[in-house]
Amino acid sequence: MITIKNKKNGPGLKRAVEEISGVDISVCFQCKKCSSGCPVAKLTRSRPSEIMRQLHLGAGNELLESDLVWMCASCETCSARCPMGIDVAAVIDALRKLALARGASKQKGNVPLFNRAFLKTVETFGRSYEIGMIAAYKLGTGKLMNDTEKFPAMLKKGKIALLPPRGGDRKTVRRIFKIVKQNKGAKA
Amino acid sequence: MRYAYYPGCSAESTARDMHQSTLVVARALGIDLVEPKGWTCCGATAGHQTDRLLAVSLPAANLTKVQDMKLDMMVNCAACYSRMKVANHEIMAHSGIRKGVREALDRDYDGSVKVRHLLEVLLEDVGLPAITRAVKRSLNGLKVACYYGCLLVRPPKILKFDDPENPTSLDRLVTAMGGQSLEWPCKVECCGGGLSLSRTDVVVELTGSIIDMAASVGADCIAVSCPMCQVNLDLRQQDINKQTGKNYQIPIVYITQLLGLCLGIGPGELGFNKLMVPATNVLKKVNERA
Repeated sequence: MITIKNKKNGPGLKRAVEEISGVDISVCFQCKKCSSGCPVAKLTRSRPSEIMRQLHLGAGNELLESDLVWMCASCETCSARCPMGIDVAAVIDALRKLALARGASKQKGNVPLFNRAFLKTVETFGRSYEIGMIAAYKLGTGKLMNDTEKFPAMLKKGKIALLPPRGGDRKTVRRIFKIVKQNKGAKA
Repeated sequence: MRYAYYPGCSAESTARDMHQSTLVVARALGIDLVEPKGWTCCGATAGHQTDRLLAVSLPAANLTKVQDMKLDMMVNCAACYSRMKVANHEIMAHSGIRKGVREALDRDYDGSVKVRHLLEVLLEDVGLPAITRAVKRSLNGLKVACYYGCLLVRPPKILKFDDPENPTSLDRLVTAMGGQSLEWPCKVECCGGGLSLSRTDVVVELTGSIIDMAASVGADCIAVSCPMCQVNLDLRQQDINKQTGKNYQIPIVYITQLLGLCLGIGPGELGFNKLMVPATNVLKKVNERA
């Protein structure tokens, strides 16, 4: 069942999501193809079609706590199969951006922390640097021992580079990050 | 045939074997690959989950480098491929984005660089007849489950790669090499992609059902063309086994590794030693020792 807590959490998110994603939420007619094809829907409490409906009915910030927001794997099956051509994955991306901007609570696994760690290495070296990213992520989550048993084999096979990447055009990448930070929230 | 080859960040770490095998296979088939100098990260999933301008500008920085080379871009990583093509599309469709990118890069870019996936280059430019002629060793009926994952085929309206629900590019190559490509329903299912470290539980669940299906159709190996799919399916098999009590040992090989073997290149040069689940059965089929 879909419940909407009207006006308890500020104005609805619909307009903000539409602005960020460029999607017209109201054209969804609830065929649920997105939810049927979603690989993580069997693991989440919320499903893509429900998120679409909740947005349409005026749901507010409580939607940013939905587990799907950070469990979505960005596989884009929902967008590919929508008969109305709605880019559902872009709606989820928009919810992520709003969740970050509005300080929604941290969820299990902490995908935002992972994304920050990943992008920080890109900003620094021009290319992603796994060891740097993994270290920053693990320090952030406090789960230092997860997966460590796999490191020796991966290092031995040359599947993880010890040294940071060289040769990337760091200057251009740093400029991009600088402008993006300045323009935060710029619309298409 | 000459292309600007964008290797992507994984080529320097988890997908060294993909990179290595791409280079030797290209050389053997007369494909000339030139790396754009100073190429940088495409932003991957983290980029588009964070900011739209960032998600377009990072690929665009590489596309402009390729534009200066006056070549088409060739990409092997499915995730980079998808990001490059989406960036081109965004720049062409939205003047506001193009303006933002101009500011971020300090130069204008019109979104016109042609982006090709290695599979498109192999099937459309080299062509199956030429590949069949170049094949020196057969896969001898090796049963291969071809796995495309998400970002080779999605978003379909922008990528226009093969059939988005039932692609056959990998299957056609496997058949041309004398392998048996299997019918199975997981070709475009998701492996969990970038959630590998942040939500390992989700990745183990998703890769578990893919490996399960591959095993039940009798696959000797799974052929991939995406470093994220490879690492998730390969590395997580021990987690799947630990969690389910099964003992899956299905090698996850890059299509370029299989093709390289058939072109007569040794497994060492193709990075077979880098696979977590050893591909001993695959090498045995083509009479190669590990």
